[in-house]
Amino acid sequence: MSHLSERPDDAVVGLALPHESAALHVTGHALYTDDLVHRTPHVLHAHPVCSPHPHARVTRVDTSAALTVPGVVRVLTAEDVPGTNDAGVKHDEPLFPDVVMFVGHAVCWVLGDTLEAARVGAAAVEVDYEPLPAIVSLTEAIDAEHFQGGRPVVARGDVEAGLAGATHVFSGVTEMAGQEHFYLETHASLTLVDEGGQVFVQSSTQHPSETQEIVAHVLGLDSHHVTVQCLRMGGGFGGKEMQPHGFAAVAALGAVLTGRPVRLRLSRTHDMTMTGKRHGFHAQWRVGFDDDGRLTALEATLTSDGGWSLDLSEPVLARALCHVDNAYWIPHVLVHGRVARTHKTSQTAFRGFGGPQGMLVVEDILGRCAPLLGIDPVDLRRRNFYVDGQATPYGQVVRHPERLAAAWEQVLASGDVVRRRAEVAAFNAAHAHRKRGLAVTPVKFGISFNFTAFNQAGALVHVYKDGSVLINHGGTEMGQGLHTKMLQVAATTLGVPLAKVRVAPTRTDKVPNTSATAASSSSDLNGGAVKDACEQVLARLREVDAGRGLAWEELVREAYFSRVQLWAAGFYRTEGIHWDSTQMSGHPFKYFAYGVAAAEVEVDGFTGAHRTRRVDIVHDVGDSLSPLVDLGQVEGGFVQGVGWLTMEDLRWDESDGPARGRLTTQSASTYKLPSLGELPDELHVALLEHAHEDGAVYGSKAVGEPPLMLAFAVREALREAVGAFGPEGASVELASPATPEAVFWAAERARGAAPDRVVEGLPGVQPDRPDPAAPALHPRSEQAARAAGEA
Amino acid sequence: MPDPQVTVNGQPRPLAGTPIHTNALDFLRGLGLTGAKEGCAEGECGACAVMVARPEGAGSRWTPVNACLVPALALDGQEVVTAEGLGTPEQLHPVQAGLAAAGGSQCGYCTPGFACSMAAEYYRPDREAGADGFDLHAIAGNLCRCTGYRPIRDAARALGGPAPADPLAERQANPAPAAVATRVDGFARPADLADALTLLADHPDAVVVAGSTDWGVEANLRGRRAAYVVAVDRLPELRGISTDGPVEIGAALTLSEVEAALGDTVPLLAEVWPLFASPLIRNGATIGGNLATASPIGDLAPALLALDATLLLASTTGDREVALADFFTGYRTTVLRPAELVRAVRVPTPLAAHTTFRKVAKRRYDDISSVAVAAALDVVDGTVVRARIGLGGVAATPLRARATEAALEGRPWTQETVEAASSVLAGEGTPIDDQRASAAYRSAMLGNALRAWWDEAWDEARDEARDEEGSA
Repeated sequence: MSHLSERPDDAVVGLALPHESAALHVTGHALYTDDLVHRTPHVLHAHPVCSPHPHARVTRVDTSAALTVPGVVRVLTAEDVPGTNDAGVKHDEPLFPDVVMFVGHAVCWVLGDTLEAARVGAAAVEVDYEPLPAIVSLTEAIDAEHFQGGRPVVARGDVEAGLAGATHVFSGVTEMAGQEHFYLETHASLTLVDEGGQVFVQSSTQHPSETQEIVAHVLGLDSHHVTVQCLRMGGGFGGKEMQPHGFAAVAALGAVLTGRPVRLRLSRTHDMTMTGKRHGFHAQWRVGFDDDGRLTALEATLTSDGGWSLDLSEPVLARALCHVDNAYWIPHVLVHGRVARTHKTSQTAFRGFGGPQGMLVVEDILGRCAPLLGIDPVDLRRRNFYVDGQATPYGQVVRHPERLAAAWEQVLASGDVVRRRAEVAAFNAAHAHRKRGLAVTPVKFGISFNFTAFNQAGALVHVYKDGSVLINHGGTEMGQGLHTKMLQVAATTLGVPLAKVRVAPTRTDKVPNTSATAASSSSDLNGGAVKDACEQVLARLREVDAGRGLAWEELVREAYFSRVQLWAAGFYRTEGIHWDSTQMSGHPFKYFAYGVAAAEVEVDGFTGAHRTRRVDIVHDVGDSLSPLVDLGQVEGGFVQGVGWLTMEDLRWDESDGPARGRLTTQSASTYKLPSLGELPDELHVALLEHAHEDGAVYGSKAVGEPPLMLAFAVREALREAVGAFGPEGASVELASPATPEAVFWAAERARGAAPDRVVEGLPGVQPDRPDPAAPALHPRSEQAARAAGEA
Repeated sequence: MPDPQVTVNGQPRPLAGTPIHTNALDFLRGLGLTGAKEGCAEGECGACAVMVARPEGAGSRWTPVNACLVPALALDGQEVVTAEGLGTPEQLHPVQAGLAAAGGSQCGYCTPGFACSMAAEYYRPDREAGADGFDLHAIAGNLCRCTGYRPIRDAARALGGPAPADPLAERQANPAPAAVATRVDGFARPADLADALTLLADHPDAVVVAGSTDWGVEANLRGRRAAYVVAVDRLPELRGISTDGPVEIGAALTLSEVEAALGDTVPLLAEVWPLFASPLIRNGATIGGNLATASPIGDLAPALLALDATLLLASTTGDREVALADFFTGYRTTVLRPAELVRAVRVPTPLAAHTTFRKVAKRRYDDISSVAVAAALDVVDGTVVRARIGLGGVAATPLRARATEAALEGRPWTQETVEAASSVLAGEGTPIDDQRASAAYRSAMLGNALRAWWDEAWDEARDEARDEEGSA
């Protein structure tokens, strides 16, 4: 047990506590960014002027009519930008564009005394466009070879030899849709210039430091002129990792130019129309199995729908490539990735960050091939698990694979899976128009940012003279319970009651250069930093105490009078990870998080409507820092994954009509997410026992993202239920999302025995080959590390 | 007429000067009561839910509604309770305490709305404490993106009953605030029907609202602004209900009120309610408003078409009665004349002996239909003597499936007839491809509606198989 992971007796970590803000949440007293508007005098409201075209040159912007609207104060345009007219870190996202790249792209912003004035003003701005050809669908982009950014390749062994030596070779195509975050709180910023001339930005952001950088570069200021605060977010899920920056920058620009506070809050329609989503993916694949159904080789080309700019598409793609194996040992691998450039919102981080899309490819392959191999899918998955000593295609040895096996066995036992699968078969035999399916799927998910530099964190811990403790850290609270865990870590390290500790809102002037609250890593990183800061203070206090065993308050008071520093800045960096993005190899992850789910569904053959009857989950969170929080993450992630896979249906107008490129599901009435009715009738969740993680704070593991992929069990159960409408041994192709309509058509194909588009034998459908001339990924951190090494 | 005001969490708050397009949510947030949140601005997410005191019998009932859809001025004279009015962080309301302890909040943004929907159900007078006493449909209109709902469900099911001196429970023993007449610039709540009809004649461009569940969306999402708003939801002449002889339902009764008043009197409608939007919407939406907006994808119109309903339309020149089948003239247009109001809906009796309502949507509850099919049959001696089928989602208006009706009437009610009629039904309407469903799917769903009904309710062979399964 490492010092980092060792947990003292009477630890506050490990207690099942409600969210630290729960009492504020339930009473409506918890404040979010836009709640501050009503306590901010003279605030201006911002409203965008949005492009109706998916791709067009802006030939004229005339704001004169808008300025005559009562209450309109100013229109912000490109000419107003004192610094860099760009909202991203890749310099491909002009904040005020002269070529609009998607329907809804903001050309300029109107500021008004009221939101109503700004809205009416925005409608009065005259913009002339010269429409340009637009690529809307992913397949159009692939056909046109319209790609952007790097084209990474993960390779091991000799995939041709692996396929040639296989007993069975199958090939096919797998497509999956993206997902709208639908955080209940839309993007919001409230910015003012304070008494010291400092630009103070309140933003609903998962990455305050990057919001700060972007605001500074748009304003042409150094970072120390800009402070970003995030009180809390009403959900983020990755959608506020990179997308808030431009909105904060617009509000900041308005505040600087008018001298008045500016509020920018997107309506739901604007949020859905203007901001990025989970990437849809398209995958071409060839796979080989041996006599026993063991995977011998996988060749695949994964193309993500990046939308109009790069945003986080490259690291999302990298994570997809690093998760295409999921839990399975595949000796020979060649997986090539590319990002399509389409005239849509710039797709971005979303819980799982490419991992779900990569993993869905191999789960889809196994689900479709199992009947063709004549192997029960439960057995097929289990027999391909990693075992001790085996490495991923990118070269990282998979540690603790026996824990995944243990979780699998536990789910089979606690879920009574063998008996229930027999019941499912009996039910299906007795019912012509209703079919059930029960599937079990694993999750293996790598924890750490692939982008090595992000694996650091800071914290600031103050002990006041009265013994009360205030902590700041670099992570943001979006509902995931990070602050709750950090309070527990601080109380545990200092050995004080939880009530002694308070956490203050995240601010860039308290802890600088923070990483995004993302990649499930925030408890690991910020927990390490909080612990470090607490230990520094504690070490000094121990010297003061000198073995006398003074009570906390007395010790603190005495330390103060002895002129001992009662506060500390903590720092943490994840040790033992390295990554070469050119070769796509290394040891990018500190550890893997595991989970297993068994799901039983019932499908109505008349409509395709389906219902999840029962779900059993065993998930690995190490030694939980906060079991109630972790349980909430597992359940919430699972249901969100079920939404992605079975219900949430992003549609863009792909016609050649005047609405081409428009998101047709841009509201809560057309984009449906899971409601209470989608909660499985029975849901049993257990946290894996004996799961101490030696490399993380107090033996815990990350939990934010991995449970989302537990939802594969529902998708695979649907596939089995659909298959039961047809003859045995037929492969079932299931669209993603598996909406009632998609399930209905799949059942129709099964009933009519229309073939799945899996091709048997070589050469099969050959994936597009990597382009040797295409750029690799070259994150700056690696360049810096190399330069430092060479110096 | 006194200045308009509303009582919020026990305190009178002036409404004077509020713009007519300002909704109750923005008004409340402007008071600093930021617990209610805007999540969607169209009544789909429930983050803005608040409770209003509505009449129920001699007393009142805390009724949750979506504040984002209601014009603030429509609250004149009413009593509203927000999450802040339920409890404080130091002294949580039992619903709030239960939610907090169960892990029912993560990001917390949807939570105040859940608290209001749950509290309203908590105070339902005939609710029994305990797991099965809490009707989970009560929170079907509240979306949570974080928790996956299990802890919220468990918190709801664990609720006991209100304590003896609970002030909100005691409030329900007293009458709800009486309807007040409101007359300010651009907004009027007439005192009675005659007053309303005169106002409409004077303001031909007026927008008529009741629960404002349709107009609120237009105003919030599409920026439509009314020159003049007339609120008719409290007009006494539009709020009667009678089940002696033909069933006559006042147009300004909310769907929740109709549901409660009818019970199982009209079985087909009883099937519709749980599938119609959410309780938050049904507490606002009125039966007259639902028909007058003439949505082609509404769920109620197909059911009322199958029931051969008629509408009583009121104007200064008196009432006229129009068959619902003749009421819709095109996409969101009707035979309603200027300054004419739907006064009541009349369902002739005796009702058909056999009815069914089939809704196909992406989500089980609180979704808009891809296709809705309502059927009402009279079968005498094994023969279909009368068939009425109403359809939604397959044309620019709700419509009767007349060819299918013809294919059923006079035929023996057998699987063969069902099959033949289903083929006809699959060809009814002019379905389109849109984001909800493809045209092909809609046609297929039409074709399967009667088949599914047969399979579930009529197929004796299947029942026998089931019995065998049960005894095995």
